[in-house]
Amino acid sequence: MLTPIQNHTEIQPESQNVRMQLLREFWFYFSENRGAVIGLWVFLFLVIVAIAAPLVAPHSPVEQYRDAFLKPPAWDAEGSWQFLLGTDAVGRDILSRLIYGARFSLFIGFFVVTMAVISGVTLGLIAGFFRGAVDVVIMRIMDVVLAFPSLLLALVMVAILGPGLLNAMIAIAIVLQPHFVRLTRASVMNEASRDYVTSARVAGASPFYLMRHTILPNCLGPVIVQGTLSFSSAILDAAALGFLGLGAQAPTPEWGTMLAEAREFILRAWWVVTLPGLMILITVLAINLMGDGLRDALDPKLKRS
Amino acid sequence: MFGYFIRRVSLLIPTFLGITIVAFGFVRILPGDPVLLMAGERGLTPERYEKLLNEFGYNRPIWEQYFDYLWKLLHGDMGYSLVTKQPVFSEFFTLFPATVELAICAILLAILLGLPAGIISASKRGSFSDQAIMGTALVGYSMPIFWWGLLLIIVFSGWLGWTPVSGRISLMYYFEQNTGFMLIDSLISNQQGAFGSAVKHLILPTVVLATIPLAVIARQTRSAMLEILGEDYVRTARAKGLSVWRVIYIHALRNAMIPVVTVIGLSVGTLLAGAILTETIFSWPGIGKWMVDSISRRDYPVVQGGLLLIAAIVMVVNLLVDMTYGIINPRIRYE
Repeated sequence: MLTPIQNHTEIQPESQNVRMQLLREFWFYFSENRGAVIGLWVFLFLVIVAIAAPLVAPHSPVEQYRDAFLKPPAWDAEGSWQFLLGTDAVGRDILSRLIYGARFSLFIGFFVVTMAVISGVTLGLIAGFFRGAVDVVIMRIMDVVLAFPSLLLALVMVAILGPGLLNAMIAIAIVLQPHFVRLTRASVMNEASRDYVTSARVAGASPFYLMRHTILPNCLGPVIVQGTLSFSSAILDAAALGFLGLGAQAPTPEWGTMLAEAREFILRAWWVVTLPGLMILITVLAINLMGDGLRDALDPKLKRS
Repeated sequence: MFGYFIRRVSLLIPTFLGITIVAFGFVRILPGDPVLLMAGERGLTPERYEKLLNEFGYNRPIWEQYFDYLWKLLHGDMGYSLVTKQPVFSEFFTLFPATVELAICAILLAILLGLPAGIISASKRGSFSDQAIMGTALVGYSMPIFWWGLLLIIVFSGWLGWTPVSGRISLMYYFEQNTGFMLIDSLISNQQGAFGSAVKHLILPTVVLATIPLAVIARQTRSAMLEILGEDYVRTARAKGLSVWRVIYIHALRNAMIPVVTVIGLSVGTLLAGAILTETIFSWPGIGKWMVDSISRRDYPVVQGGLLLIAAIVMVVNLLVDMTYGIINPRIRYE
């Protein structure tokens, strides 16, 4: 295309247009996947419930009603409409605990992925851009982290740091991070030899500018997909740690911790066990559905022509 | 092939050294005095403290301690459990067969169901059965397996009473543990019903542990098959009049196997992580439960040794998977 040379301010709306068009194209492919759209709606619903938890929850998540231990859900003959999904062994309203639990799980996912992406992408950029000894050191360390089964390493790290939600999140972020390092490094190495990078370098861009403004935006697709998948594994792993008693601690209405407390009532009161797990499953499933849609929409290799 | 093997192994040495540093550093990063920590709540007399300090060598320079640790490791000495006073190394290998038995059953189940499911999905792309299989696979992939296990216990042990809740075999049976594999031991023990009891105990844990690998294998098989089915040589085979199934099984499946083998190999790490949860739920006496128990009992030599051994096993299995590619696809050897 031979377009007349324009000055900088005139290019602006053009690139805005391109961005809109890319976004529209992305939405076109994303919305083609029905599951992904359903996942997105469920996820948005959960986010709203989590934010509005104090408004929508009928009771406090930690208040114990001493006259209502292990009450079954409302539709059961012994249930009452006061506690829609029943109460647990110390008389707390399960629905309210589940609603507040959404806050914890979504926050865990968000926090862990943010930490893992920031540190992982930075390390990956450095390793892929500078190569040489820096690269070798970073990648060997990542190999060591990847050699351990992720849950086991998180478990041992929590044992060192002490049980608790924050430590569990840090441990999970460390375990998930190597995936981002590898992914970013691979795409940086792929991009770094392209003409547009060379020309930016020739034009005098500093290494930092090259990494941040030239290469990084072009590597983000796979990172976003991996980020979505890590979001769901972060929620699952945090719930697993909570279940093993090493994540969020007792009165916290975290879904995994709720399951751990409910374990001894498993054959007497099905609702205390089934409901928190069902919430974990629905949340993780919604995110994974979105992740599949994102991958189809962002991965040019799978894109149908 | 031998040269390829040597190259692969030499790549593993720095990773293995890294693993030993992690396992070695683990006890030393712990906040507080390691000797007091291991002694627990009971406290120590100053003489005993001095003796333990010398015994563990915590008063020597850190690199000397590390080389000492490596030296002992090379001789299979990983210290003693604080709780049982047994050597960590031998304790690990007493419990390991239970985990291996469970893991083998789980991966077999996952392959036996996952491969056909993926093939059917790919060959009927877009059909109802494809959507049903892939939908189920995504649910399986998203499953919190600790909850899944509890759910199965409620239904099959609680309501239906078909399967036992925990353990490897009913307490009625007692026999020599010759191989450590309950299925084999119960068969050769010749006791009436022992084998049946072992099988019954194995069903639910196997299903729980197999769930995620099964979903991953089904998804991977489908996408590998779809990629291959679009290749020219497959179209040629169809065009010259071969039947759909012949093309799928003879032409496409073998080439689709490479990514699937990768996934199966990578599942070993997933299986060992899954074993931690599965064994805890079903009180299965394997290394997963052993690790969780040791962490909660602060039995640090066990945690340290277990961590190292599990990572080493994952590493060796990944090496074996890499070697398998070399056999399936000779081109890889020369890269």
